[in-house]
Amino acid sequence: MRYIAVLTLAFMPAFLFAQPWEDEQLFGSNTSQTLRILSSTDTSFFAPVIDSFIAARPNIAVQYLVTGTADLDDVFRQNPDQFDVVISSAMDLQLKLTNDGFARQLPSITHPDWAQWRSSLFAFTTEPAAIALNTAAFDGLPTPRTRQDLIQVLRENPDQFIGKIGTYDVRQSGLGYLFATQDARTSETFWRLMEVMGSLDAKLYCCSGDMIDDLIAGQILVAYNVLGSYALGRADTQDTLTVILPSDFPTTMMRSALVSKSASSPDLAEAFVSHLIALQSDGAHGVFPLPPLVGAQDTSARASISLEPALMTYLDTLKRQTFVREWEEAIIQE
Amino acid sequence: MSKSKPCADLAIGLIMTRDVTVSRSLRNRLAMILTGGAAVLAIVLFFVVRGYAAQIAQQGQDNILSASAASILDSAVLRDGQVELDFPYAALSMLSTDADDRVFYAIYEDGALLSGYAGLDIPNPFRSLTYDGATVRVATASRTLIGANVPRRVSVSVAQTQDALSGTLNRISTNVAVFGAGFFALATALSFWATSTTIGQLRRLTTSVTRRGPQDLSPFTKPVPTEMAPLVGSLNNLMSRLDQSLKQSEDFIAEAAHRVRTPLATVRSYAEATFQRVENPENRDALRSMMRAIDESSRAAGQLLDHAMVTFRAENLERSDVDLNDLLRDLVQRMTPIADMRDVDLILDATAPAHLHGDPILLQNALRNLLDNALKYAPADSRIMVRVQTIPSLSVDVSDEGRGFRLGEIDMLADRFVRGSDSGGQIGSGLGLTIAKDVAAAHGGRLILTNTPRGGACATLQF
Repeated sequence: MRYIAVLTLAFMPAFLFAQPWEDEQLFGSNTSQTLRILSSTDTSFFAPVIDSFIAARPNIAVQYLVTGTADLDDVFRQNPDQFDVVISSAMDLQLKLTNDGFARQLPSITHPDWAQWRSSLFAFTTEPAAIALNTAAFDGLPTPRTRQDLIQVLRENPDQFIGKIGTYDVRQSGLGYLFATQDARTSETFWRLMEVMGSLDAKLYCCSGDMIDDLIAGQILVAYNVLGSYALGRADTQDTLTVILPSDFPTTMMRSALVSKSASSPDLAEAFVSHLIALQSDGAHGVFPLPPLVGAQDTSARASISLEPALMTYLDTLKRQTFVREWEEAIIQE
Repeated sequence: MSKSKPCADLAIGLIMTRDVTVSRSLRNRLAMILTGGAAVLAIVLFFVVRGYAAQIAQQGQDNILSASAASILDSAVLRDGQVELDFPYAALSMLSTDADDRVFYAIYEDGALLSGYAGLDIPNPFRSLTYDGATVRVATASRTLIGANVPRRVSVSVAQTQDALSGTLNRISTNVAVFGAGFFALATALSFWATSTTIGQLRRLTTSVTRRGPQDLSPFTKPVPTEMAPLVGSLNNLMSRLDQSLKQSEDFIAEAAHRVRTPLATVRSYAEATFQRVENPENRDALRSMMRAIDESSRAAGQLLDHAMVTFRAENLERSDVDLNDLLRDLVQRMTPIADMRDVDLILDATAPAHLHGDPILLQNALRNLLDNALKYAPADSRIMVRVQTIPSLSVDVSDEGRGFRLGEIDMLADRFVRGSDSGGQIGSGLGLTIAKDVAAAHGGRLILTNTPRGGACATLQF
């Protein structure tokens, strides 16, 4: 009976979702117990973590499904029993999932207070939002260090940058919406930058990866609020990119993981989360491509966005309508 | 006092507890009432403080919830006939707690859900309910927006789970419980202290009653607590009545003995005179028996009088320097005629100096009684030794060569009116040894009765 149930569960995703995953990969060949991870993080960043997890447990398999943060939230809310672990960079959506009771409490995992919420949501990276530049395009121009600098450079060279600027489409990307709202909350500069970008016919992207691809390809010359980790990951190999962490105010988020309350392999899922945060906290950074969780000792290095119920503020329907409208008014100038 | 005192004490103590009906311990009862009271107080304290703390904590949460609701409501505006709420980040930020409590909110326009979580709208300003499997506290506020056409009623409910609150309450409960336990322990210790202090007074009184000599019937003069004054008063009253009645009966006995003795002397002289005249042997025998009976009665009366006198004087000793040797010489001299009549040698060995600070009349009386006894029981042609010794302490012993004391009776012979079972035809009242014992006790000494190695009786007055 149980065997049938396990079988059914194991094959159900295939039938249920005609979901166009950005990426879908199965680690391990043994399918007797499959841990299903729903994630917004590119597979390449997670593959080493999953490999090291499977290495100690040869009788399991891990199915890793990648989709955008906003889509991930929708998919998971509709089928919370189809996934064991949910990993996303959209802290607000993750926190709301937890607040709405989708996450399982894991009291046996010890994690600092500021990096977890309700013993259910665990942060495991600290990642800044960055400005990525095409180095060649800025030859002869001052390299902007702040948002204000960027506004100035763009305003002074409209001909060079028109149609060559990229940022998140906050309507599609959960992470982009989080960065935008946090920027707007911190400073009015954000709105002025959006207006300047709008006037230069900015391109809107769903994901950091696409934005960086276009940047490398030379389609765009500036990418605003791109994920620092993604950009830096490529800047190492590509001389074409310059990654700037704006010095006026940093916007830093934490990638987080939760275990679904209706997970079919809760113990395995808990073990995975435990494994993940242990890897990310113990300083074995060189081995894994994910940026570590910092701030354990240095309080000032902690993420500027903290895990608290206030993250749900901008998820409010009315707030979101108002914000998106204002954003559209600023950036989409027909 | 004599060395036999502890035995007397023990006897009294035994008698007291044996004869008194005991109804539970006063000390235990007091301690139980006080400890029980402290326990009840501690429990009441726990619940009152905990209840109060719960109320305050709940009030704190309510305040924050209503502040949050108010700040959300405050941001409501009508724009182009649409209700817009651009509520501040702080509205939900203020609901962050250590326990990461879940937060729910709902915004309604004229009763229709505008945004937030469904199922939270409640009429009351504050209420607790179960939402999504958790107990939440809900605060609701509402406001009317006046638009161009119709007024709009906007209401906001903010709810929060109570994990932090119950954490706080648990902490307070633990603290209050520890405090209550401490209070109880302290109160218990205090109650035991108070109890033993109170009972201590009673015990002191008991000790001082117990420690008294058998003859001591004087009133208690030591200060006692107010509550015990009636008891001690009654006790004093009882003792004075007892003392009086004892004195009365002794007086009565002395008076009776005195009254009897004089007529007896008269009767005896008549009997003797008649005896001289009568020649019929039968009548002479009868008269002889009569004189003998009269002698016995007279002697008993004399000893009763002596005893009364000893009892009286023992309480008010008239001490002076007494040379026991002189006293004994005088006594022996006076008694030698009687000893001669019985062919008994009275030998006095009084070489050591024997001075004593005591009542000469009593001492003489006691020694005479011992000599009397010895004379009575000494067989003919024997010796009675009266010897004064100073080592180890001053003592006088009188020993005869008679049958000695019966070993089984030795301990009680000195009691009043007790006579040896082998006293045979000897005249006696049973008071002689009692008198000697009382006199010895009054002088801080004792009477020791033993048998000599050759079987005779030996009575020692040891001072």
